[in-house]
Amino acid sequence: MDLRRPPRSSSGGVEPKIRQVGFFTPDASAPSEPMPPAAVVQAPSAQQRPVTASPPASDDFSQGRLSPVMIPPPRHADHLALGPHPPAAADVVLATSAPVRSSPRLDIVSEIGDDDSWSRAPSAVELEENKCGLAEIRNEGAPASIPQKQKTSKAERRAIQEAQRAAKAAAKEADKSGKSAGAAMSKQAKPAKTAQKKDVPQAASTLASEKKATERPPEREKKLDAPHPRMQFDDVHKVEKAKKRAVVNQSEAQNRVELFRHLPQYVHGTQLPDLESKFFQLEPMHPSVYKVGLQYLSGEVSGGNDRCVAMLLAFKEAIKDYTTPTNKTLSRDLTAKISSYVSFLIECRPLSISMGNAIRFLKSRIAKLPHALSESEAKTSLQSDIDRFINEKIVLADKVIVSHAITKVRDNDVLLTYGSSTVVEMILDYAHELGRNFRVVVVDSRPKLEGQGLLRRLVAKGINCTYTHINAISYIMHEVTRVLLGASSILSNGTVYSRVGTASVAMVAHAFGVPVLVCCEAYKFHERVQLDSICANELGDPDVILKIPGKAEDHLKNWADSANLQLLNLTYDATPPDYVSMIITDYGMLPPTSVPVIVREYRKEQLWI
Amino acid sequence: MEPDAAQNPSPSPVPPPISAYYQTRAEHHAVVTSDWLAHAAAAAAAFPGADTADAAPPPSPGGGGVIEEFNFWRRKPEAAEAVAAIMALAAVIRSSRATTMMELEIELKKASDKLKSWDATSISLSAACDLFMRFVTRTSHLEHEKFDAAKSRLIERGEKFGEISLKARKTIAMLSQDFIYDGCTILVHGYSRVVLEVLKLAASNRKLFRVLCTEGRPDRTGLRMSNELAALGIPVKVLIDSAVAYSIDEVDMVFVGADGVVESGGIINMMGTYQIALVAHTMDKPVYVAAESYKFARLYPLDQKDMTPAHRPIDFGVPIPIGVEVETSARDYTPPQYLTLLLTDLGVLTPSVVSDELIQLYL
Repeated sequence: MDLRRPPRSSSGGVEPKIRQVGFFTPDASAPSEPMPPAAVVQAPSAQQRPVTASPPASDDFSQGRLSPVMIPPPRHADHLALGPHPPAAADVVLATSAPVRSSPRLDIVSEIGDDDSWSRAPSAVELEENKCGLAEIRNEGAPASIPQKQKTSKAERRAIQEAQRAAKAAAKEADKSGKSAGAAMSKQAKPAKTAQKKDVPQAASTLASEKKATERPPEREKKLDAPHPRMQFDDVHKVEKAKKRAVVNQSEAQNRVELFRHLPQYVHGTQLPDLESKFFQLEPMHPSVYKVGLQYLSGEVSGGNDRCVAMLLAFKEAIKDYTTPTNKTLSRDLTAKISSYVSFLIECRPLSISMGNAIRFLKSRIAKLPHALSESEAKTSLQSDIDRFINEKIVLADKVIVSHAITKVRDNDVLLTYGSSTVVEMILDYAHELGRNFRVVVVDSRPKLEGQGLLRRLVAKGINCTYTHINAISYIMHEVTRVLLGASSILSNGTVYSRVGTASVAMVAHAFGVPVLVCCEAYKFHERVQLDSICANELGDPDVILKIPGKAEDHLKNWADSANLQLLNLTYDATPPDYVSMIITDYGMLPPTSVPVIVREYRKEQLWI
Repeated sequence: MEPDAAQNPSPSPVPPPISAYYQTRAEHHAVVTSDWLAHAAAAAAAFPGADTADAAPPPSPGGGGVIEEFNFWRRKPEAAEAVAAIMALAAVIRSSRATTMMELEIELKKASDKLKSWDATSISLSAACDLFMRFVTRTSHLEHEKFDAAKSRLIERGEKFGEISLKARKTIAMLSQDFIYDGCTILVHGYSRVVLEVLKLAASNRKLFRVLCTEGRPDRTGLRMSNELAALGIPVKVLIDSAVAYSIDEVDMVFVGADGVVESGGIINMMGTYQIALVAHTMDKPVYVAAESYKFARLYPLDQKDMTPAHRPIDFGVPIPIGVEVETSARDYTPPQYLTLLLTDLGVLTPSVVSDELIQLYL
């Protein structure tokens, strides 16, 4: 029956245009049914062909997407574009009102489309000029939304409010992209905006399918609160979709690296000033979350544990100041709020695995709150849950890791570490306190040079240190007896996902027969499997690579002008498990092959869903 | 002999402490040679001191009792050291006057710690104590059970551990039959009751195979093993320890026991096991480890020096020149990449599963 509706509506559309009769809904639907053969006879007409072609196009469109949510936006947008022809639009609206009423699902879909169409008005005009096929589809969909407004005033008010929210979000995106220069730049900017807006419905549908929300209001809120689909880039099965969109995203940043086109590459320089200038405009955002976002963007807070703790403390503050709106349940509204905060933090910097696991923990605790609890009791319970998570999974876990790792540090050992890891530093400090006689080799690499901070702290404590760059690691490895590494995450096949360069250090150590000890908290484990560091990674600011301290002359000042030159600043790499001797975690010392057991036992503790 | 014995102590002014574990094993092996007679005399000289030390703490009968009980069971050749430890702990439960599970648990913890510190080098001893304490901890969580019922159940469980050990050997022997085929040649190293059980069952199943035994200096455990195998009618050849690489091409598989199975999936066994595993791995011969599951220990050595040292005396037959060091370690660690399969009473496991089993048990 649903498939038959579009053809009938299209044929009904043909009838009124010719006769200009039937201003009432039942009258319009009645003549359309007995007149199909007449429509077929009239098909040869040139004017009627586009109308008849639209049904199969819409069918293909819906089947390809497999999501009814995707149909309404272009239709309604096209209706706005057809403003110059009010009489024809009015006729079509009257003709198609019957099928819309018969299907409640279409009502929901059209309402959502209505919301999206308001924010899409400017870009829709551009799309219409480029693609005639889409215009035909919009002809079909445009009239569907108007009857909704006439039906219920409440729905109309909600639509207007949410359209305004979407418009604000669009404005923010436009400002953040920072592309408002001359005519040429504006042309490039518009496709980028369109691409970003196109991502919104897909992200919304993804979230809807993942959360399986059956009620309309919470579903709509979640979709609106989750406008940024960057998290999808971390999933392997989303790579294909990301690659398709990558073509449109080319103007996101100049000189994108081809191999990492599926990862978001943005211009970094303008992000922080834009965000700072909008401090008083981000009213829905809690100040503590906003502060953490700024810290992420500026790099003041970095490292898996520090970022996770900062995020959780910000959420704790937000929960403390939270009040449940009327007509809403705490668990659903708070989850939506947390999701919006997460989206904002993802904008500032993509999440690490530890943060993702912590967010899942928090959302599961919110979902499990008893309904009988009062608001203050629920908030107190959530705050204590966050404190417990920080203490047990991060602080106490680090202490347990130190107690395990210290058994592997002996007198006259030479310990090599790469970059700066909090737990590795704790191990070295504790070994020094115990009076172990050992030496530390700090290996560093550009552009972050994190090892320098670690070196200063170790030397200040009186530990004997050697500092070298990663280029010289094979030269120094022959005198090393142990390698201690931190990790951003450990995946279920034993792959260590950590700061870029870690794999090189581990491979050189393995070639020299030096044991590699990876220290990682269990809450950073993830059930994902990853074989390389290309399908999921985080791209840093390419301009940072150019800045060499102490060098006045800048040979690559205008590198972006050369189309054949791309700079790549990777953040993470993946170390295969073959090069790891031992993983020290708060559940003991494991071979890399036992990571899935830890992940499974974590589930049994019911910390996740 | 007396002048030689008198001269031997002088080259080593500070002799390392002798591992009681390997001392007991040497007694069990009972290879009667002139060297053994000399060591027996030394052991007899050492034991009165030990008895005196045991007699010293009569005021605390419970504390001294656990060591005495352990020594009693330890001297029985057919009982593994882990079984002796479990029996000693069961005796502690039996003689305990505690009235709550908490008191009993604390008392057991003290006895267990005393046992483990008595011989820090024995892995199966530590593993057995930890295993029993884990069982006690889990039993104490059953609040609905009365104390007396729980106590008697613990005693019963401890006493049945000996049967479990014997059953484990039979289970491993049954599982191992799939790997032994007619006409194969098996290399064994060290004297292992489990490996002996495996070969005994294969022989009783009328399989025709040949066994190469390493000599196993300085204990000469290979001589004992070859004696037992010859008594079963199995063709056996004894190799000196350095002849393994020479003979590996006629070997089809290697069977070794284990003093301990560690969390990485590797094994700690009599000195020379690692060397044999390296040779077998290079020549693509499978290395099978026959070990009971109660020998699984939460240890993770990274290299040979990462274990608690376990020393034993080595008699070279001639005086050691002054200024010469002697490597007296009794065991080595074989990393998991050189082992093919572990034959245990839990089933046939790959080395990587050991950590999974330990996590399941202790988490």
